[in-house]
Amino acid sequence: MGSDRYGTFTDQVSSFIIFKRFDRMTPRQKRFWFITSGIAVLCIAAVFVLNAFQSNLVFFFTPSQVAHGEAPKNRLFRIGGMVKDGTLKKGADDIEFVVTDFTSEVSVHYSGLLPDLFKEGKGVVAQGRLNAEGGFTATEVLAKHDENYMPPEAKGAIDKAALERASKTVKDNP
Amino acid sequence: MIAELGQYILILALLVALVQCVLPMVGSLTKQHAWQYLARPTAWLQCALIAGAYACLLTGFLKDDFSIAYVAEHSNHLLPTPYKVAAVWGGHEGSLMLWVLFLSIWTSLVAYFSKSLPIGVISRVLSVLGFISVGFILFILFTSNPFLRALPAPIEGHDLNPLLQDPGLVIHPPMLYMGYVGMSVAFAFAIAALITGRLDSAWSRWSRPWTVIAWSFLTLGIGLGSWWAYYELGWGGWWFWDPVENASLMPWLVSTALIHSLMVTEKRGGFKAWTVLLAIAAFSLSLLGTFLVRSGVLTSVHAFASDPTRGIFVLCFLAIVVGSSLTLFAWRAPTVTLGGTMGLLSRETFMLLNSVLLSVATAAVLLGTLYPLVIDALNLGKLSVGPPYFNLVFAPLMVPVLFLLIPGTVAKWRSANLHEMYLQLRWTALISVILGAGLPFFVGEWSAGVFAGWTLGLWVGLGTLQHMAGRVLKPGRIGGSFWGMHFAHLGLAIVVLGITGVKSFEVERDVKMAIGDEVTIKPYVFRLNSIGEVKGANYTASQAEIEVLNSGESVLLLKPEKRHYISSAMPMTEAAISSNLWRDLYVSMGDPLPGDAQQWSMRIYYKPFVPWLWVGILVMVLGGVLAAMDRRYRRTTAQSPLQTAAQALSVGGEVGELDDVHTELASQLNDATSGEQLNVQEARLNDSESVANLSDLSELADGTHRTQPQS
Repeated sequence: MGSDRYGTFTDQVSSFIIFKRFDRMTPRQKRFWFITSGIAVLCIAAVFVLNAFQSNLVFFFTPSQVAHGEAPKNRLFRIGGMVKDGTLKKGADDIEFVVTDFTSEVSVHYSGLLPDLFKEGKGVVAQGRLNAEGGFTATEVLAKHDENYMPPEAKGAIDKAALERASKTVKDNP
Repeated sequence: MIAELGQYILILALLVALVQCVLPMVGSLTKQHAWQYLARPTAWLQCALIAGAYACLLTGFLKDDFSIAYVAEHSNHLLPTPYKVAAVWGGHEGSLMLWVLFLSIWTSLVAYFSKSLPIGVISRVLSVLGFISVGFILFILFTSNPFLRALPAPIEGHDLNPLLQDPGLVIHPPMLYMGYVGMSVAFAFAIAALITGRLDSAWSRWSRPWTVIAWSFLTLGIGLGSWWAYYELGWGGWWFWDPVENASLMPWLVSTALIHSLMVTEKRGGFKAWTVLLAIAAFSLSLLGTFLVRSGVLTSVHAFASDPTRGIFVLCFLAIVVGSSLTLFAWRAPTVTLGGTMGLLSRETFMLLNSVLLSVATAAVLLGTLYPLVIDALNLGKLSVGPPYFNLVFAPLMVPVLFLLIPGTVAKWRSANLHEMYLQLRWTALISVILGAGLPFFVGEWSAGVFAGWTLGLWVGLGTLQHMAGRVLKPGRIGGSFWGMHFAHLGLAIVVLGITGVKSFEVERDVKMAIGDEVTIKPYVFRLNSIGEVKGANYTASQAEIEVLNSGESVLLLKPEKRHYISSAMPMTEAAISSNLWRDLYVSMGDPLPGDAQQWSMRIYYKPFVPWLWVGILVMVLGGVLAAMDRRYRRTTAQSPLQTAAQALSVGGEVGELDDVHTELASQLNDATSGEQLNVQEARLNDSESVANLSDLSELADGTHRTQPQS
């Protein structure tokens, strides 16, 4: 009894003009429409994907770049370098350490558990934001699971700073 | 001596692989039968030689031959024997040996189980597989030779990375590699079919079971990797959107699309060009996965090795494979015929949507994985794409995939009836929505996310069960592919329910605990009783003893460890996990804190539904295995579909098989004939349920077979 009522409804839907016209098409025409509508859907998907992509990129800055004020103020970003010897302070709720590329330094605050291989004098990459005091509040300190392994970003930061120092000495003492 | 022998055998294998690659292909193009018949014996010989070379490397590990540089880097005397065996694939060089070994095993299996295939086809397939083998053996010999000596030999080796000293990781890489390598079989079949330009339903039937098996291995490999990360990394996460995980997820997504698309090609003769593209993509992404993991380009927990020559070699190989197969495709695509007619509302449409959505998801993952690498390579700065991006993109794409799954299994081929489907599925839909909305109240807090996830999970699960029950109640033998498909979908439903559950209701506490301290999560109270020292075979550890109480009663003891491995001086967190069907209790140790009283930082996690992930994945794998074992695939292809039809009839009542015969006949007719004439036959075919009609059809098919041009 109910099915009759619904039947007329679904019959109406299935006799919707697209269905009938589609059934009369040749396979080649059908393929054309499939591909066209597929591309249209893909374009819409691409817009959404790229939008999400844009707003979720996390950029990397070296301590020198942060010192020069190149890092964004209100956006998540990553810093990397060496954990400076003797700067790791474990407080009651807060951990503090200094990340250096041997030219500039950034002090990092973090509350949470440190990864197994976090050590003074080793490479580190941290993700977070600048805080009001000009330091860096990390939400994440990245784990690197090999003691000889240096995070590429951290190594890059140190190499870059060393290169800049070298070019400066050349300029200063021609 | 053993290393030199291994190297020598590997070079021999390279030469045999060259023969296997060149002669059968030339033979099949110039119709020289003797050359074509070389394909099988060379495949077997190559497999034996590579197994020999691999055995040499293994012997080096078992005998602690530290004069072999690779052994010294990845093993030492203290390592327990099972881990010495696993250490063979613990590094870059050995894992490539494993890759090649699996490739040669797959090749031999293809050679063995394809006795019924025409010699032309099998010689081309084995030749393509031989080509891949040549590429990888060259890669090993020139850039990553595991047999190199380091003289004078060190007295003691390094340790295997402690993270890898774990049963989960002993089997994870082999499973994943079986999946990766298995994609090469689907690829080889597609290329072999492209070379002749004959993309018919026979081609798709031959490659289907191989693809399904490869997919099962890939699923199992990804599952094991996730399981390992969950209990071994000590962070309680099971999916990080790490580039290495993405590298295995992308071939999985594409091969899932490929399995479904192959079905359409086999049953209906449609989507041929698309199927071939998917096969090429699945294998290319497997190669890309190997490249990403093994070239050291990644900032990732898995990136151990870094040597640019390796990366460039794999990249060139990838370029050759993708470039030449796409060129071949472009050349052959215009000759590909279209399949049978399909209505706008039909199973074909749902399969197409499945393919498109999974491909878009793959593209999105690929973008997020490769973009940082490309930007870095172009010196435009360093950046990373975090989990928020992947979650934001992936979840919305999976919603339509899950929703369309059930109508896709219910819809008829060619043309489905919306009203029928609605009548069939309305109660299932209603129950799913009601349970999805109601159940969260009993578990924890209600949210839109858990409602959506559980409704979709229940929809897939209940819809699948309904369909299975409906079929079981009908008479007749049920084929393996029916069980396989539904078990795989059921597994997916369980995984979806599990993921939603753990994401919505997990409780994570990072705390500081002194002895005697208590932490309460839901009904459970965690009390730190003591911290002691324990000694393992090659490590020492601090071990905490944490008592878990439920309403005042002690229910269990958890003993997480913080290990220090002796030879590598690496610390490692060993989490303690207690599982039952509904939840995991997860405790892992952080560091001791400075101060008067002895305090430790601890992670104490309550993770509901995590076991559902592992169960669901196993059910999916079971589905894959069942589907691949369907006896349809073991039927000799020399048999014409008419003989099979006759067989099916003589057995009697095998409704499922008869259905298959119908669709198969239809696609055979598709291959043989074209255009309008076909529609008439098909209309008949779809209506015919009776024996009389079928025999009628047989004559028809027979006629078309005889008139089929010998192209």
